[in-house]
Amino acid sequence: MSKGGGQVLEIRNLGKTYGTGERATHAIADVSFAVEDGEFVCVVGPSGCGKTTLLKCVAGLLNPGSGEVLLRGSQVTSPPEEMALVFQEYGRSLMPWSSVWNNVLLPLRHKKLAAKERKQLVEEALAAVGLTRFSHHYPWQLSGGMQQRVAIARALAYQPSILLMDEPFASVDAQTRGDLEDLILQVREEFAVTILFVTHDIDESVYLSDRVVVLTHAPTEVKEIIAVDLPFPRDQISTKELPEFAHLRGHVYRLIKRDQVEPAELALAEPVPESGRRG
Amino acid sequence: MSASGVAPVRDAASGEARTRLADVGARLAPLLAGALSIAAFLALWQVVSKTGMISEQDLPAMTTTFQELWTMMHTRDFWAAFGQTVRGWALGLSIATVLAVPIGIFLGSSQFAGRAFRVPIEFLRPIPSAALIPLLFLTLGTTLQSEVFLAAFGAFWPLLVQTIYGVRDVDPVALDTARSFGIGRFERLYRITLPSAIPYIATGLRISSAVALILAFTAELFMGIPGLGQIMNVAESFGLTTQVYALAVATGFLGLAIYMVFSALERRALRWHPSQRVGAT
Amino acid sequence: MSKGAYRATAIAAEVAVPVAILLAWQAWTAQANDPKFPRLSTILVEFRELWLFSQFELHVVPSLTRIALGFGIAVIVGVAIGIPLGLSRRGRILAMPHIEWWRAMPPPALLPISIVLLHSIGDRQKVSFIAFFCLFPILLNTIDGVRGIDPALMETARSYGVGRFERIGRIVFPAALPQIFAGMRTSLSLAVIMMVLTEYFSSTSGVGYVLLISKNTFQLAPMWAAIVLIGLLGYLLNLLLVLIERRVLAWHRGWRAAAAQ
Repeated sequence: MSKGGGQVLEIRNLGKTYGTGERATHAIADVSFAVEDGEFVCVVGPSGCGKTTLLKCVAGLLNPGSGEVLLRGSQVTSPPEEMALVFQEYGRSLMPWSSVWNNVLLPLRHKKLAAKERKQLVEEALAAVGLTRFSHHYPWQLSGGMQQRVAIARALAYQPSILLMDEPFASVDAQTRGDLEDLILQVREEFAVTILFVTHDIDESVYLSDRVVVLTHAPTEVKEIIAVDLPFPRDQISTKELPEFAHLRGHVYRLIKRDQVEPAELALAEPVPESGRRG
Repeated sequence: MSASGVAPVRDAASGEARTRLADVGARLAPLLAGALSIAAFLALWQVVSKTGMISEQDLPAMTTTFQELWTMMHTRDFWAAFGQTVRGWALGLSIATVLAVPIGIFLGSSQFAGRAFRVPIEFLRPIPSAALIPLLFLTLGTTLQSEVFLAAFGAFWPLLVQTIYGVRDVDPVALDTARSFGIGRFERLYRITLPSAIPYIATGLRISSAVALILAFTAELFMGIPGLGQIMNVAESFGLTTQVYALAVATGFLGLAIYMVFSALERRALRWHPSQRVGAT
Repeated sequence: MSKGAYRATAIAAEVAVPVAILLAWQAWTAQANDPKFPRLSTILVEFRELWLFSQFELHVVPSLTRIALGFGIAVIVGVAIGIPLGLSRRGRILAMPHIEWWRAMPPPALLPISIVLLHSIGDRQKVSFIAFFCLFPILLNTIDGVRGIDPALMETARSYGVGRFERIGRIVFPAALPQIFAGMRTSLSLAVIMMVLTEYFSSTSGVGYVLLISKNTFQLAPMWAAIVLIGLLGYLLNLLLVLIERRVLAWHRGWRAAAAQ
């Protein structure tokens, strides 16, 4: 359900290596894909395939070793104003000394806005995630799921055109995760943002997205990009009952399973040739 | 070793050699920078003194001071005084340790005793040992005993507090498990509680060793008890400023040596224990 | 023993033990009849006469002022230097040799030098001396506090385009504050000790000076009263700091408690 407004984000031959010489870890070898305006793209892959590194490069927090990230045609070298990032570790990214309200307000403080406008943005964001009642609580007084909603509200108040999310629901329990997944779909609808969503949960990736980018294990490349044709609005029960859902899910699962490497082999810097790796 | 899409393919051998040099360089650079930083300070000292920014009478030149120190180190008197200070420090620290650790273990492991003695400890702890100097003048006099008492009194409290915290911080699950195996009280103490408390005790020793030195020196400086502090006092009263500075430098080295030894001990003790001590500096 | 009985006994002991110690002190000094150890009652009387309030302005105020100024300067300078050093690895490499040296140097060794260098035995010398040595615990704790900040916090701020100075003011400083307070507690007790040392060594006013004078003139009761006062000052100042800390860092306790669950 993308707006078809053309490419907004392009990742071109992205590569990232840590360390030098013998101890080099080729986290990402060569990743390329593009994201359309208004699209919801999920990135999945086996553990340790550098998903977080990829997202940080896209966010402008890390410099790619090779290749580039293009935002509307221009290169990303530092965190761009129209991107917002939501981490997995919600607790660690919220300021424990500030109220929920002030946490959501933080990114807005340096934007050139009137105080009234800021107040409105914060209110709307908190309403969108259903936390209006808790504006003056401390984050640590809230449950994990609620804290993650605060992080999402903060990202929303910032009014980004692109939302980057790094396994944001991995640390919450399964039922809360379902609620949060539906919340993010709603948010996408309401605020018309483009979302790049990293996850290791295969079901989640299919449930949420327009397209799924499947990565290989390290040194990482794009294995396949799958279009998800499931109808909107999506629903935890009915959508997941569709045969199309099961088929897509199975396809993604197979791609990743085939690519699974034993932990001992992952430690080697040298890629281990494995039959079917490029299957 | 190919590095697809990241860097131009490089011959393995020369790539390795280059990295090893870079490794060595990376490790030496901070040491070099630190040494340069020290050298810069010494140079600044020399310049400030020699150019008269601060008169040489008030601030002897760096070279003059070190020369004086070198000369002093060839005299027997200096080393006698040095030994006396070390002796006072060592005795004071030992007595403090022998008292503080067992008492700390007792107070830490017995909830009742810990609570009962909390108030007196809170009141006695902040008393600066230096305030006891006049009392010592009048009781034990200007003797080694005064110096040792002062050093021991001061070193006692930080070590006591750290030991108590260390004993209290033991993992209750480990203790319960031991109890369920029928392991007796004393054995639980030295098999589980003590090893868990060792990092805290090590921190306490680091703090106490510094306090003991400060007080030993103070006793010598203020009470004329033989030692580095005493000869500094004498030098000062005779206006031998260079000697005063040289002695300060010597004392600084002594303090640094003590700090490095006990710091290293502390780090070893901490290596297998999370760093969660209270009030560490 | 039942829980209630245990608790009651514990509270009784908490009260009884200090009282017992005081009574024992009184009894021992009364029977010892040694002028060097006056009776507790005598000391208390002397204490009231001396410090409340005749000598208060003359001596206690200068002492407290020196502590306040020295400690205050140490806090401001310590935090101002500590934050940049905590953020900059290069800065730390250059600064650490110096910091390690001065923190290991026993302060009394610099007493004579401080008088010579600053040409004074007045407040200037005393405040400088106190400030210099109180600096290091705060400096080191600030550095540790800054270094211990969760990188996720900083990355989040960066990703939202929060500028460098704003990051320092809104994130680095509050996050490091618990550790800074720990350093402040150490420094405050250090300040009291340094105050006594400098005043005892050379001064014309202050509690340390009274300590010295009363010893020299063999006035034992005022001497003891001074000792008690110094202990009391240390205790009260520490209490004040703890109360302030409890207020300012209320969020920290709650956060730690929630995290421990």
